[in-house]
Amino acid sequence: MISEAVVDLSRWQFAATSLYHFLFVPLTLGLSFLLAIMESTYLMTGREIYKDMTQFWGKLFGINFALGVATGLTMEFEFGMNWSYFSHYVGDVFGAPLAIEGLMAFFLEATFVGLFFFGWDKLPKWQHLIVTWLVAFGTNLSALWILVANGWMQNPVGAEFNYETMRMEVTHFSDLIFNPAAQVKFVHTVAAGYTTAAAFVLGISAYYMLKGRDAAFARRSYTIAAGFGLAACLSVIVLGDESGYTDGEVQKAKLAAIEAEWHTEPPPASFTAIGFPDQDKMETAYAIKIPWVLGLIGTRSIDEPITGLTEILEKNRVRVREGMKAYGLLQKLRNGEKTPEHIAEFNRYKKDLGYGMLLKRYTEKVADATDAQIELAAQYSMPRVVPLFWTFRIMVACGFIMLGVFIWAMFASSIRKCRQTTLLKWSFYMMPLPWIACETGWFVAEFGRQPWTIAEILPTFLSASSLSEWDLYISLSGFIALYTVFLVIELFLMLKFIKLGPSSLHKGRYHFEITEQQEVSHV
Amino acid sequence: MFDYETLRCIWWLFLGVLLIGFAVTGGFDLGTAILLPFLGKTDTERRVIINSVGATWEGNQVWFVTAGGALFAAWPMAYAVAFSGFYLALLLTLFALMMRPLGFDYRSKLPSEKWRGNWDKALFVGGFVPALIFGVAFGNLLKGVPFHLDNDMRIFYDGSFWGLLNPFALLSGLLSVSMLALHGATYLQVKTEGDIQQRCQKAVLILAIVTLVIFALAGFWITHIEGYKITSTLLHDAPSNPLNKVVEKSAGLWLANYQQQPLLIVIPSLGFMMGVLTILLSKQQYLKSAFISSGLTITAIILTAGVSMFPFLIPASQSINHSLTVWDASSSHTTLIIMFWVTVVFLPIIIVYTSWVFRVLSGKITLAHIQNNDHTAY
Repeated sequence: MISEAVVDLSRWQFAATSLYHFLFVPLTLGLSFLLAIMESTYLMTGREIYKDMTQFWGKLFGINFALGVATGLTMEFEFGMNWSYFSHYVGDVFGAPLAIEGLMAFFLEATFVGLFFFGWDKLPKWQHLIVTWLVAFGTNLSALWILVANGWMQNPVGAEFNYETMRMEVTHFSDLIFNPAAQVKFVHTVAAGYTTAAAFVLGISAYYMLKGRDAAFARRSYTIAAGFGLAACLSVIVLGDESGYTDGEVQKAKLAAIEAEWHTEPPPASFTAIGFPDQDKMETAYAIKIPWVLGLIGTRSIDEPITGLTEILEKNRVRVREGMKAYGLLQKLRNGEKTPEHIAEFNRYKKDLGYGMLLKRYTEKVADATDAQIELAAQYSMPRVVPLFWTFRIMVACGFIMLGVFIWAMFASSIRKCRQTTLLKWSFYMMPLPWIACETGWFVAEFGRQPWTIAEILPTFLSASSLSEWDLYISLSGFIALYTVFLVIELFLMLKFIKLGPSSLHKGRYHFEITEQQEVSHV
Repeated sequence: MFDYETLRCIWWLFLGVLLIGFAVTGGFDLGTAILLPFLGKTDTERRVIINSVGATWEGNQVWFVTAGGALFAAWPMAYAVAFSGFYLALLLTLFALMMRPLGFDYRSKLPSEKWRGNWDKALFVGGFVPALIFGVAFGNLLKGVPFHLDNDMRIFYDGSFWGLLNPFALLSGLLSVSMLALHGATYLQVKTEGDIQQRCQKAVLILAIVTLVIFALAGFWITHIEGYKITSTLLHDAPSNPLNKVVEKSAGLWLANYQQQPLLIVIPSLGFMMGVLTILLSKQQYLKSAFISSGLTITAIILTAGVSMFPFLIPASQSINHSLTVWDASSSHTTLIIMFWVTVVFLPIIIVYTSWVFRVLSGKITLAHIQNNDHTAY
């Protein structure tokens, strides 16, 4: 058995590296589309300023993209490096979308991104525009395939356990692609990316207007960001991925934990807006509840119940017991006793095999587990309510604040009144919010899946590689050191170019390159 | 449509195609980075070298990323064993590879000499370290990797990081560095002119000789190191279970495939011939042909390693029966078929648009070009 410290360190490392990677991904997803929109406007209007916008925001895109690429490689390595049992156990299913992501998306985005930067003088305008769109399309396709993979971890459909190979194998690949958990996740994540990029452009443009520089450039960027951001922010909220939480038991448990839904209520369930959940007592102090709302959001109906945590725990107790039987039968099959009875019996219980494996945390002899161990395993199968309850609310709060600002910005832009200090200040100070929302959103989705790597199939503590603690100390400290240096460098460059603004293009017509009179006449 | 056995062979080939795709495209990127401190004497010259690959390196690296993904999808056990077993070595590779996107994009964004100098070092590390470690890893595959599996198929690695640095593996590492540097040099010969180009020509000569000498040395050595062979019957279309066979290990077994199929000797011979041809073509100023020829040299060298080991993917040096082979470490039949069709459809499309991009970006990178594009070039 691998040590608990190795599992914990592996989890910390994976969480740290993927949260870090996810600082850059959303901006890439959204900014690539904004660049394509700006360049399309350039072609339609023929006005140079839109080309300048594409190139300037493209510069910032490049600085961000480089770190996204650098840290993305880590993710592909880490499945094998740190989660080798996971890689063996589900590689047959999980590996496929990753490989398809490479073939379909990475090639597209990486091949054309160079041409985006260096093809301005080498291509006719319309061809360059197509290149920009292909980059945007490629980045978004990569999000699709990685979320197909991730959706399968949340709600593993279309695959079955094979006792001869001791792993999960694909049965219906189309189920993976049309997995509701994956589809909702994809829409929610890319929309979050679009919101992030819009807030980024909105905030920086607001900064230029507050400073009174490059007004025409800033106002146009601001307007595009406001429109794009409003549409994106609305989608991210309306198509929030709560609606995907009705498929799969672990998704249901996650939803119940987010909402601190201790018991199943008669439908439609009420929504706990705020309160202080306490997992030991299984109650929420000072809860403010809004009737009906949770049932409507969660199930899109008024007659389907939302399962409460108590009821889920009750079910899981049974499933751990069934899982014990499955595990015992599996041992017999693995030891060569492949009688038709054993196989039939195993097939009856194998859907609970994962619950049986939870017992490995408490005993090596799973088939002989005691009642006390079974109770521990059942308790362990439940998500932690308090962290999920709060991170979810932080994410939602960020979303609604951004929505408010985007509505305001859109309205003001449409009547050509966006140059009011209060609005611009709100736009500027709002900039950290999309990142907070993205990171907390990641946390809710992935921490909420615990104790599983593959929901109901493979527990996290079994997924890790059999490494030594020292391996992990070395790698984790290496990542922390290197990533910190990278972040400092990236922020330094980013801030430098933001401060320079479009003057960094050296076109001779922006703030630091011209006199005050010229600048005024430009507006 | 395809039986399991055929698909397993196809996927062994596909993995080879992706790895070779990386070696001949990403390979010259790594090579130019290795040559950067030696061939670029001034800042502008170094920028010429960096920009000769600047616009295309990112796409080239995807061959590697996709090879990793394909290994995961088609040979999950091999992916799991290699990546967890070579943990610290891969960590180093990863850290080195991270220098590349940052080095390319950030280096010339500031004029400071110190800033640029540091990124030049980072770019060199980003080229040299991965090239070395890929070779060392291949050397260790040929020697066998100390791992074993338990009945639940959990992987245990019984070696250490330092164990990877055995003499044969280090020689393979040097071979990898020199052949990728050679390929980088033939590429730069095409993309540059004047002083840099002349330095490249010298580099081609030296590196081609070094590559051929090491390749010959490794070829001689391999007749003495222990190879592996399956001695029990192993069904080629059975579900993947690497615990179901008996393996023998003894010196010279890596030559067994050549004894069985004498025609295969063409592959290593091609390596030598192409290496010599690279020198000749470069001398005669057939620069594009020299580049193709160095690409073929690399291809032949990698194929030689693959063909010698077939059907082994990762031999296990201690629990030798747990070795991973083409017949017992693949994904399921269904997954191999799905991924076969995805690859057959997308790989040609990728090749078409990649070629188009290379054509658009063809032409020499000159000192004047860098000076005229001071603010947009890398």
